[in-house]
Amino acid sequence: MKLIAIDGLEQTFDRIAAALLSDLQADEQLRLTLMGEQSQFIRFNTAKVRQAGCIGDGTLSLSLMQGQRNSYRSIPFTGDWETDWPLAQTALTELRQEVPQLPVDPYLVLPQGNATSREIHQGQILAPDTVVETLLPQVQGLDFTGIYAGGSLVRAYADSAGQKHWFATDTFSLDYSLFTADGQAVKGTFAGNQWDEAAYIAKLEGSKHQLERMAQPPKSIPRGQYRTYLAPAATADLVSMFSWGAVSEAALQRGGSALGLLQRGEKQLSPAFTLTENFQRGLVPRFNEWGEIAPLELPLIVEGRFKNTLISSRTAKEYGKTANGAAGGEYLRSPEVTPGTLAAEQILTTLDTGLYLSNLHYLNWSDRPTGRITGMTRYACFWVERGELVAPIENLRFDESLYRFLGDNLINLTEFQEFIPEVDTYENRSLGGIWVPGLLVEQFTYTL
Amino acid sequence: MIAELSKALNSLEIAADWSGLRVVKEASTYRSVRDGLPQRNGKSTTQGVMVEVMVNGQIGYGATNSLQPANLQAAAEVAYQQALAASRWAIYPLTPAVRPKVTGQYSSPFVKPVDALSPQEINDLLMRICQTLKVSDRIVQTTATAITNEIESWFVSSNGSEVYQKFLMLETGYSATAQDGAIVQQRSNNGHLANCYQGGWELFVSPDLWSQVQQIGEQAVELLTAEECPTTVTDLVLAPDQMMLQIHESVGHPLELDRILGDERNYAGGSFVKPTDFGQLSYGSELMNITFNPTVPGEFASYSFDDIGAPATREYLIKAGTLLRGLGSLESQARIGKPGVACARASSWNRPPIDRMANLNLEPGTDSFEDLIRDIEQGVYMEANRSWSIDDQRYKFQFGCEYAKQIENGKLTKTLRNPNYRATTPEFWHRLVRVGNESTWQMYGTPYCGKGEPNQAIRVGHGSPTCVFAGVEVFGGGA
Repeated sequence: MKLIAIDGLEQTFDRIAAALLSDLQADEQLRLTLMGEQSQFIRFNTAKVRQAGCIGDGTLSLSLMQGQRNSYRSIPFTGDWETDWPLAQTALTELRQEVPQLPVDPYLVLPQGNATSREIHQGQILAPDTVVETLLPQVQGLDFTGIYAGGSLVRAYADSAGQKHWFATDTFSLDYSLFTADGQAVKGTFAGNQWDEAAYIAKLEGSKHQLERMAQPPKSIPRGQYRTYLAPAATADLVSMFSWGAVSEAALQRGGSALGLLQRGEKQLSPAFTLTENFQRGLVPRFNEWGEIAPLELPLIVEGRFKNTLISSRTAKEYGKTANGAAGGEYLRSPEVTPGTLAAEQILTTLDTGLYLSNLHYLNWSDRPTGRITGMTRYACFWVERGELVAPIENLRFDESLYRFLGDNLINLTEFQEFIPEVDTYENRSLGGIWVPGLLVEQFTYTL
Repeated sequence: MIAELSKALNSLEIAADWSGLRVVKEASTYRSVRDGLPQRNGKSTTQGVMVEVMVNGQIGYGATNSLQPANLQAAAEVAYQQALAASRWAIYPLTPAVRPKVTGQYSSPFVKPVDALSPQEINDLLMRICQTLKVSDRIVQTTATAITNEIESWFVSSNGSEVYQKFLMLETGYSATAQDGAIVQQRSNNGHLANCYQGGWELFVSPDLWSQVQQIGEQAVELLTAEECPTTVTDLVLAPDQMMLQIHESVGHPLELDRILGDERNYAGGSFVKPTDFGQLSYGSELMNITFNPTVPGEFASYSFDDIGAPATREYLIKAGTLLRGLGSLESQARIGKPGVACARASSWNRPPIDRMANLNLEPGTDSFEDLIRDIEQGVYMEANRSWSIDDQRYKFQFGCEYAKQIENGKLTKTLRNPNYRATTPEFWHRLVRVGNESTWQMYGTPYCGKGEPNQAIRVGHGSPTCVFAGVEVFGGGA
């Protein structure tokens, strides 16, 4: 597929960056960011194709700073100089007209430093016209539903201080569900940058085996508090809430964080819980929208105590803090939860009697200042008695505070982690994911 | 543009049963201020073309942000190859009947265009809102945001469709966060960015803007010392700015035919509604009348044609409590054999159309606000959504609001904080016992309705009167 000149993006980006930066006045500073992708999306339902297609997209953003004032323009970027250069020139002209009209921004982050990087992760993924014929024969006879997304992604940055970054990667993800005839389901994700047919078949076999356990009527569980095992995918959903008003320094400063009680020492988390930003695996760019490089590792919560918050350069200026490479939104970009000591084969026996949750659904803060999260159980969730899976359950609503399930009620974490890939495709395909263990907790609260 | 696109379509060298081009150009300005200081100023422009090609009953798509002839041809070839490769595995053999010939235009109503206010004037306005919100030292954060969207779309097809639609949209919001130690409360105008409409600046700079801003600031402080919402089962009165969310989550999504057909089961989920329910399911009380209505002037998701060219009309989905019709496009209607509406919508040029809500409204009843409250002995009145969660079948939900009032002996009395309620969908709608009249009816919208694989966030509008639900489980916050 050649819907965007993906191979020519870097050359055109470099050329436009050089031309724009050389055109700046002495009192002007400029920052350029680029997002580019060439992606294939195939949507499946009942092991058939619902929709299939490919897209090529690119967006170039120019942010002009002058006299502590700032504005941006985001424009289409095709990789073709003749198409892109006039748009970039017009954008700069518009910015020069607008910026003087705007109020002074005392916390504006200006380009500085000389960080540069260039990472290219070439992959071996399926050719677009072979995906359907490769995936579907293996799932015939199954109620297989989901999406395959694959292709090339680019993120780039350049600024008037001399910082420059290029990150390109080829990736794919298959995000699927298998259903029983009565609507019970199991979830699977298979992602990477090297297609491995044997690993795909093995993944499906695991899902099929799990689906066999769902082939009995679901058990209705009354609301109440139950000892609960949250598998890594479920843990990942809970930890994702830390990106939404939790570890952000700005949110803490302005009353919008669920971890305010932890920071003020009014509540504690378990010494078994450690959360780190870990860029060692190179799945996402380390540079942020200001071209700053995040540290390879940044411990956030260590043994239940705040070690670092995510502090962007903007927040640092406003509150007199030291920035630590965080993105402007101060969300988790490459999180990892440290494993515990619970062996895989001991999960059920240690759980003894309670609930085994494979996945969660539709989480939201029900009371953010007290860390309370509500959401639903989803997919392969079971009632367990005396260490044995008894039956799948009818889905339950939970409403529980992180200060309980990551605090006194946290019994242990598994000794293994799983990688849960980020499969979101809003606006463009996401990168990376989270490394998490499973959680065993006491008295998890179910309300409906 | 239409003529150029038709010419471009005709020049494509593709052996397809049907083909179409949908070009979208969107320019969005975003301006936000926090605590009186600028946070974001700028404009994003996106444009591109979605080429759809039908081969052997399967539609494939190719989308590119370049409108050059060579890129159009490349997109068409990719679409053809995708359709061909998938056709042997197609879930349903489509015909060109799902892309009927249609011609026409649409334009949003507006009075003051996007350039009626300069960037400086908009920032001054937002800064003044922040200043007005800060009614106390206990206000720790104020925000104000204004977003404009100018969208043009062109649709042409090999069977002669020619549609041009032009939208002007305004999204605005402001909020105040108050804090006293561990107690933090936020109040906004009708929930996060709920004031979304088609129109121009006349919608924001209204005569009562400043009194509303002042009230939001004062209510944020008021909530700091308010009592917790009690945990009880009681009569629940929901304002239109919460009804928006209630309709969206527990009526709109479960009635989407693609969910019922199973397309969404891996992501947003399925539905408790079955194909056999249409025409007979008692969804709620007889007071429940829900319309799909993209013809309301100024409502956020009004249009004349959906993104595959189906003409948009007002239709009852639920009438007197009975489920009549689903939210399903021509494709879904063909697959399921049930009536639907013109709701094949895409978030932009780079996503394929799927079944979406547009404007989904609860029709007004006969009672004034005073009538609704007067007969309630004990109850809770809630405004403005702040928390939302519902299961993948759209059955068990829990929603939270920013602000509440106790109702005692027919009167609104003390203020309550952290109000939440939970229920199951059909049971809840059968508890609908009073529906406010036109004087209580208000419309809102959101740009954040997420769904689909690949994911798409789309704009929807919801209008509703104030409503009373009998015997609902309500509760407050805290661990």
